[in-house]
Amino acid sequence: MAEEREALFSANNRKLLSDPLNDNNPISVQVLGICSALAITVQLKPAVVMSLAVVFVLVASNVIVSLIRNLIPNRIRIIVQLLIVASLVILVDQVLKAYAYDVSKELSVFVGLIITNCIVMGRLEAFALGNGPWKAFLDGIGNATGYAAILILVAFFRELLGSGKLFGFEVLGHKARTLADSTGLYALGYENNGFMLLSPMALITVGIIIWIQRSKNRKLIEK
Amino acid sequence: MDRNSNSYTFLFAIIMVVVIASLLAYTSTTLKPLQDNNVKNETMQNILSSIGENVDRDGAEVVFNKYIKQQLALKSDGTVDPSVDAFTINMKNEIKKPADQQRYPLYVAEKDGQTYYIVPLWGNGLWDAIWGYVALESDENTIKGAKFDHKGETPGLGAEIKESWFGAQYNGKQILDADGDFVSVTAIKGGAPQGDIHGVDGISGGTITSDAVSAMISERLAHYLPYFKNN
Repeated sequence: MAEEREALFSANNRKLLSDPLNDNNPISVQVLGICSALAITVQLKPAVVMSLAVVFVLVASNVIVSLIRNLIPNRIRIIVQLLIVASLVILVDQVLKAYAYDVSKELSVFVGLIITNCIVMGRLEAFALGNGPWKAFLDGIGNATGYAAILILVAFFRELLGSGKLFGFEVLGHKARTLADSTGLYALGYENNGFMLLSPMALITVGIIIWIQRSKNRKLIEK
Repeated sequence: MDRNSNSYTFLFAIIMVVVIASLLAYTSTTLKPLQDNNVKNETMQNILSSIGENVDRDGAEVVFNKYIKQQLALKSDGTVDPSVDAFTINMKNEIKKPADQQRYPLYVAEKDGQTYYIVPLWGNGLWDAIWGYVALESDENTIKGAKFDHKGETPGLGAEIKESWFGAQYNGKQILDADGDFVSVTAIKGGAPQGDIHGVDGISGGTITSDAVSAMISERLAHYLPYFKNN
């Protein structure tokens, strides 16, 4: 009964929220969910939409699995988790198609990626199966936000340096075919780095983030 | 009941599957009309944007009925098949049929006293389907406007075909050469030369998608030439 007497935002519970943002970030520390970090960080908009979708799916599946954790037969627990995640994703997709058609078009190819996102399965298996719904809820929010933070950070640099835009707006000026017609930085001869649009640069960007994070946070460095 | 017994496992799996399947089936059937309506309005919206008429999705149907005067389903010899409703033709399935069994939808629009012929396009991009609409002016040669979309091209690269700057490049280009032979309009890697009336700039890093757009335009438009010759 100790669990029920614990305050809603006790130090332990706050840690569930804050840990995945830094010390235990799913991408930069656990190195999970890298596949979608590569695939959808070319532009900010899909990255943000994907982040929101992952927040919903991770939180909802965490809570559902946590609620029925004492009923799930151990031998088929992975299949049960997968079924819950896949159904939630289909549900999200159907609702978006009906009520937010434009967002659903933005998400189209990434919906499937949520099902295969190792963070979702990882949290269900490692946390939701052994903890109550409230803790699972916080854990879901924390991990999904930790994932979203890195995703958006990578997308920011890739869109800015790769296409000179942020959310589709030309923040560095307009690049015309001739130097004379261009404005902003492009008038000075600046060129976009097309390499940033390719997947390897996402990996390198994530690598640089991991490097910076570890140089600031020494306890993350493996001996 | 023992949670590790076979019967419990089976029971749990059966209940779980039935509950989830009913939930999904219910959602799917209730939302289907809304989803279909979105798709229909979007199609109308895209058709309209090829003649430079930009409307929001909800208002598309009214404007569509105002400008689109005829919806024709053409046979490969250029004659009209009155038994088929052009709007209901599913391009995805249609292009898999042999050329002489396909029906080619054509929308005839009248706007500000001008007649425009709008040809729906469908083809394969790098990863998945690409499609679009190209509107020809009444000379059946000059492109009034073009609008492309895609299912899964690479964001920031091939996916740029759906942006307005890419479609706008086709405005004023011509599909026939000086002798009246069909040459189509091609997206050229590295950029089309200035003043080229049959070429537009390809997308850097999106060459396969750009080429797919060119192939789609030339493949689809070729089927409409018999009709244009007779009208």
